[in-house]
Amino acid sequence: MKNIINCLVENQPGVLARIVGLISGRGYNIDTLNVGPTADPTVSKMTIVVPGDAHVIAQVTHQLSKQVDVIEVVNMTNRRHLDRELILVRVATQDHHSRAEIVDLAALFMARVVAVQEESVTIQMVGNQETVADFLRLLKPYEVIDISRTGVIAVGREVLEHDARHAANHA
Amino acid sequence: MKDKTAADTASDAAQPLKTGAQCVIDGLVKAGCEVLFGYPGGAVLDIFNCLYDAPFNFVLTRHEQGAVHMADGYARATGKPGCCLVTSGPGATNTVTGLATAYMDGIPLVCITGQVALNMIGNDAFQEADVIGITRPVTKHNFLVRSADELPDIIAKAFYIATTGKPGPVVIDIPKNIQKQKTAALPPETVTMRAYHPDMPVNPAEIAQFADLINRAARPLLYVGGGAINGDASEVLSALAHKANIPVCTTLMALGVFSEDDPLSLRMLGMHGSVAANYAVDHCDLLISAGARFDDRVTGKISAFATKATIVHIDIDRSSIGKSVRADLGVHGYVKPVLEAVLPFVQPAQHEEWLEQVNRWKDRFPFAYPEQGDVIMPQYVIEQIYEVSKGKAVVTTDVGQHQMWATQFFRYTVPRNFISSGGLGTMGFGLPASIGAQLGRRDDLVVCVTGDGGVQMNFQELVVAVEHQLPIVVVIINNGFLGMVRQWQELFYGRRYSGVMLSQHGRAPNEQIPEAQKYLPDFVMMAEAHGACARRIFKPEEVAPALAEAFASRKTWVIECIVSPEANVFPMIPPGSHVAEMINRTV
Repeated sequence: MKNIINCLVENQPGVLARIVGLISGRGYNIDTLNVGPTADPTVSKMTIVVPGDAHVIAQVTHQLSKQVDVIEVVNMTNRRHLDRELILVRVATQDHHSRAEIVDLAALFMARVVAVQEESVTIQMVGNQETVADFLRLLKPYEVIDISRTGVIAVGREVLEHDARHAANHA
Repeated sequence: MKDKTAADTASDAAQPLKTGAQCVIDGLVKAGCEVLFGYPGGAVLDIFNCLYDAPFNFVLTRHEQGAVHMADGYARATGKPGCCLVTSGPGATNTVTGLATAYMDGIPLVCITGQVALNMIGNDAFQEADVIGITRPVTKHNFLVRSADELPDIIAKAFYIATTGKPGPVVIDIPKNIQKQKTAALPPETVTMRAYHPDMPVNPAEIAQFADLINRAARPLLYVGGGAINGDASEVLSALAHKANIPVCTTLMALGVFSEDDPLSLRMLGMHGSVAANYAVDHCDLLISAGARFDDRVTGKISAFATKATIVHIDIDRSSIGKSVRADLGVHGYVKPVLEAVLPFVQPAQHEEWLEQVNRWKDRFPFAYPEQGDVIMPQYVIEQIYEVSKGKAVVTTDVGQHQMWATQFFRYTVPRNFISSGGLGTMGFGLPASIGAQLGRRDDLVVCVTGDGGVQMNFQELVVAVEHQLPIVVVIINNGFLGMVRQWQELFYGRRYSGVMLSQHGRAPNEQIPEAQKYLPDFVMMAEAHGACARRIFKPEEVAPALAEAFASRKTWVIECIVSPEANVFPMIPPGSHVAEMINRTV
């Protein structure tokens, strides 16, 4: 199972290396990792996608939390959140049929064609983990020349009253 | 107009400016440093220049690894943070084993490393190494100082981080130009850190649940680790054990936190622990882990560990709870306040049947060893150290067979009297650690129990003990082998002794030496060359008089005991096995 972990850290040199070293040093994998500034210039946000069962994720979360530079760790997977990833994918177009099919497919996913060359199109697509996976699966029959992905970013959503009650009933 | 720097502001107010190097010394003084261990070099010349006038002692070691182990031994013996200072590049890389040793065992240290000037970093400058990168996985935290203005704050933070929560080593890497840079910055009155909150208030709901589990248990057992020593929990631990008659076993790291003379003590558990302790773990219905971390040398086969027990795990390190063994109740906090909180809710209990059972195991399976003939048995040496010192010695060890015998045949009754590299298992630890321990506890008898393997890993530090007139007694258990590895080769590899012969005939074909010599190296000559008193003994009847003479002399001594070469450490639960597979050949 993939878990999206959001991590607020001190915006200081070396923190990224510390986090990556911590996770890899304990034998866990990182699927994607995204780092960026937040509204507070002294704080950076990392979004880390880590595969693993509940035990692995608990370990990663606790190990991250005890780092001196880590302000907050939230496993977004367990709460209401939005997640998105942006991908740029260049697909070969042997003839105008395949180009039309690819452009059609992109339109179904509300993806944009951002560049057209003689023998390829480049598509920019934004979606959550599932949608991105679906889109890439449907592109399989075509020749993907290159792909660049930002990795997942995630943001929490307000907890609705209904959800809070629901959670309380299950506690 | 440009912003004023701290230095500008200070000169406005006519305050004296300090160099970064002076800030280092002031920071150490403010942190209560009594003794600094270290080794100079090009990148710390400015700090050494200020050190010349410092109000604390400086001990020049003979290797940077020795400096860290000494600081570590000092910390373990006193409970105060150890301090060391080394230069950049090789000076810093030589500290890595020492830092990893302290990190694994949760020992508070602050290690200051010199670094090449900021503008040279990344240039492959002379004696440059990426010390922050290299030490990151073996320290609790590390700092690269980028301005003298932040130095007082960083030093205060380093000591705060090293000594709070689960303690650990902290490295401060200080570029040479920062040591020269002037600043008006002053140390902070209190340390506040946004992202680091080591204090963990006791959770009343957890305490209530914990008390309830104790009160309902028929066969409770306390399993106590180094966290109880770090957290000073000896007294409350004893109060709890006696109030509800709960037997106590400890890890290697916690020997002495609960007196091994106490009838409730089952002594050490784990791979080479007592039979009673390991049987008790297997049979208990409530296992209370206090400041221990379920190391694989304790648990053996995880799936078969304490299967009949409800497990309560008290730890200040949240990531430790449930890491290797399921915890039915995790209590996140320091051992002492947690036990203090639960104590009033614990009902007095007798647990007669359980204690009878446990005592039967204790009586039936004491630590024992085969009868001694003309050759000294290594276990006998440890027994004699216990007898002759009347159990009062502070014992440091290296790693291997002698270390395990030192846990089995010496009974520890107070905390901080057994000093050993538990988690990392660092050979070469014992001798420098004994120097740190003796400098922290001048009036106590410090005995370094070591092997002919381990002592050679940091023998050069003996001269430090001699020149500071430290009355340390180094007892070398010389069996001519790297004994613990040999024992594993005997038991699990069909006696194919590969790479374990230190001085004897019978080496593997590809290890042959032209002419096997006796007593190479000659430890007596080596010790005397370092200025220590020394003798070599062969007969059991020589052991007690030799120890008595050394203990009474108040001089640095090396006693080399030529012991039975193939004695083994038993009991032994083979790695990854259940207690039922224990090997115990004591006759």
